[in-house]
Amino acid sequence: MTAPAEVVPIIETVGLKKVYGSGDSQVTALAGIDLRILPGEFVAIMGPSGSGKSTLLNILACMDRPSDGQYILAGEDVSEYNRAEMAGIRSRELGFVFQSYNLLPRLSALDNVMLPMMYQRGGRRTPREQREVARAALETVGLKDRIHHLPSQLSGGQQQRVAIARALINDPILLLADEPTGNLDTKSSEDIMDLLHALHERGRTIVMVTHEPDIAHHTERVIMIRDGRLASDRKNGERAKRSEWQQMMSQPQVATPGEPQ
Amino acid sequence: MNVKELIKVAWKSLLSNKLRSVLTMLGVIIGVAAVIVMVAISAGTEATIAEQINGLGSNLVFISSGFSRGGPGMGAQSASTGLVYDDMDAIKAQINGVAGVTVDQQTSVTVKFGSTSLEEITLVGTTPDYPTVRDVSVATGRFFTANEQERTSKVVVLGANVAKELFGSEDPIGQTVTVNTTKLTVIGVLAPKGLSAGTDYDELVYTPISLVFKKFMPNMFARFMGDNVRQIIVSVDPDADMDKVIEQITLLLNKRHDLTAETSTISITTQEDIIETQESTTASFRTLLGWVAGVSLIVGGIGIMNIMLVSVTERTREIGLRQAVGATPGDIQVQFLAEALMLSLIGGLIGVLAGVGGGWLFGALSGMRTVIAPYSLLLSFTSAALIGVFFGFFPARKAAQLDPIEALRHE
Repeated sequence: MTAPAEVVPIIETVGLKKVYGSGDSQVTALAGIDLRILPGEFVAIMGPSGSGKSTLLNILACMDRPSDGQYILAGEDVSEYNRAEMAGIRSRELGFVFQSYNLLPRLSALDNVMLPMMYQRGGRRTPREQREVARAALETVGLKDRIHHLPSQLSGGQQQRVAIARALINDPILLLADEPTGNLDTKSSEDIMDLLHALHERGRTIVMVTHEPDIAHHTERVIMIRDGRLASDRKNGERAKRSEWQQMMSQPQVATPGEPQ
Repeated sequence: MNVKELIKVAWKSLLSNKLRSVLTMLGVIIGVAAVIVMVAISAGTEATIAEQINGLGSNLVFISSGFSRGGPGMGAQSASTGLVYDDMDAIKAQINGVAGVTVDQQTSVTVKFGSTSLEEITLVGTTPDYPTVRDVSVATGRFFTANEQERTSKVVVLGANVAKELFGSEDPIGQTVTVNTTKLTVIGVLAPKGLSAGTDYDELVYTPISLVFKKFMPNMFARFMGDNVRQIIVSVDPDADMDKVIEQITLLLNKRHDLTAETSTISITTQEDIIETQESTTASFRTLLGWVAGVSLIVGGIGIMNIMLVSVTERTREIGLRQAVGATPGDIQVQFLAEALMLSLIGGLIGVLAGVGGGWLFGALSGMRTVIAPYSLLLSFTSAALIGVFFGFFPARKAAQLDPIEALRHE
């Protein structure tokens, strides 16, 4: 399974394993995941609770390290990175959207969006530029007139928009979302999914964990995880047709997921 | 994170919990203020002592004898080993570099004027040279003369307080006071001099030493002019070599009393010796105060640590979020250190102001002299800063070591 030479996958995992505890009390969260996600894809990861999908997302988000196997992010093997290096990757390459938004309650929408820029190393913008960029990001997510509101003054859907603006502020190569609509009503969920679609249309690579088939249906590709292994990996037909280059993507071997090592 | 952002974030965080921040700072404020006030008090005491010692008179040498303080029942031996009045004349006549010599012999008396009676007043029998040697001046009237000394005149010079207590606003000069049972004429009142090396000069009364021997220590009268004195006070010429003068006095007195260097009971104390003793006393006083103040500063530091630990726990989720958006463990650690440091620096600054104000107020209220020492401001402020870093370090490290996933799950 080799990708065409000119396309470097955003995500490539090889035999990714995560084991918690030791000895008899050992729990295997991930039993060996091989995954390739190419630039511009919009992927949903699904699975029952305890399937290991959150563990996988945490590793993909560089917030956790695999016990074994490799995680190559845009050609960079980050599997062995230490905490500071992982923080650097999160700062430069990743954006994260949480189920519970995780906005800092005392900061305005604008300040929340600006937060990731505080931890950028090198190539930093001036404070004025930072404000402009954050303002623009809030405009992109449709909150132009709410920039000075506190999170408590915003609806759930609006808060999640702020969170998405924050995730995008450092122009990440990968946007990761953990149940982004989990706390939202149907209408707000639709709005957020529309927003993610729009971002995808503009070329963002998005990986989203969800347990709602309706939400997963919005994506182009759905990966099912069960017992720490890939259970299925299929394209959502109508979405897949949109991107011709996706045809070049090789099919993961669903039949033999996570070969033992 | 740059310094400006760091300060801004720390400041916002402290503002979000104003009461808590203020209470935490209070520990540092009290600690810093305590250091400054304590140092101010001991510095004030030292300055007072230094002045008192200077007030003893210039270049003084105090000579006293190991025994024969002039108590009753002295045998023949006392004449040879104790200091006697004639020793004074011998020193005056035979030692070079002596500017003035006086003796003093003290006894406790009751002084009465009209219906006012003062008990346990120290009567000093001395010579006309006393004011010059001890550097006291006469406010009104005059000190007694050599003539009055020779004639054992019944005259008395009062210390400032004694005069005030006996006569109030009345003019004491020419009045008659009763000392024990003897009536004495007041011829002068000394200018206030205050406390000096443990003696309040304003509470003394002075008469010719001949009168003391005759009237107030009658057992000694038998051998007046050869009689015991408590101490001989020598004022050394400023140009003279103090050590040489002391050496000569020692030789002279040993010879006069048939003593050798081994058997000598003559003790000679200089002003420097007194200063050294006083300084070592105040130094230990200062050390004690320093410890007390230092401990309160440390308690302030523990307060900071305590509140920072609470803050880390409360803000676990925030820490997780900051890590998720790219903060390194180092960023988190620096941020919490900055908060601890800000608490201690602001506390330190307020403490410095409170200390300066408190030191002044304490001085004004207690009447004790306080001297704000600039070094104490710097010392206490720096200590506060160091304490902030020291006690902030552990909570900051705890925050930095939080796992972002766990932290984000924290409720």
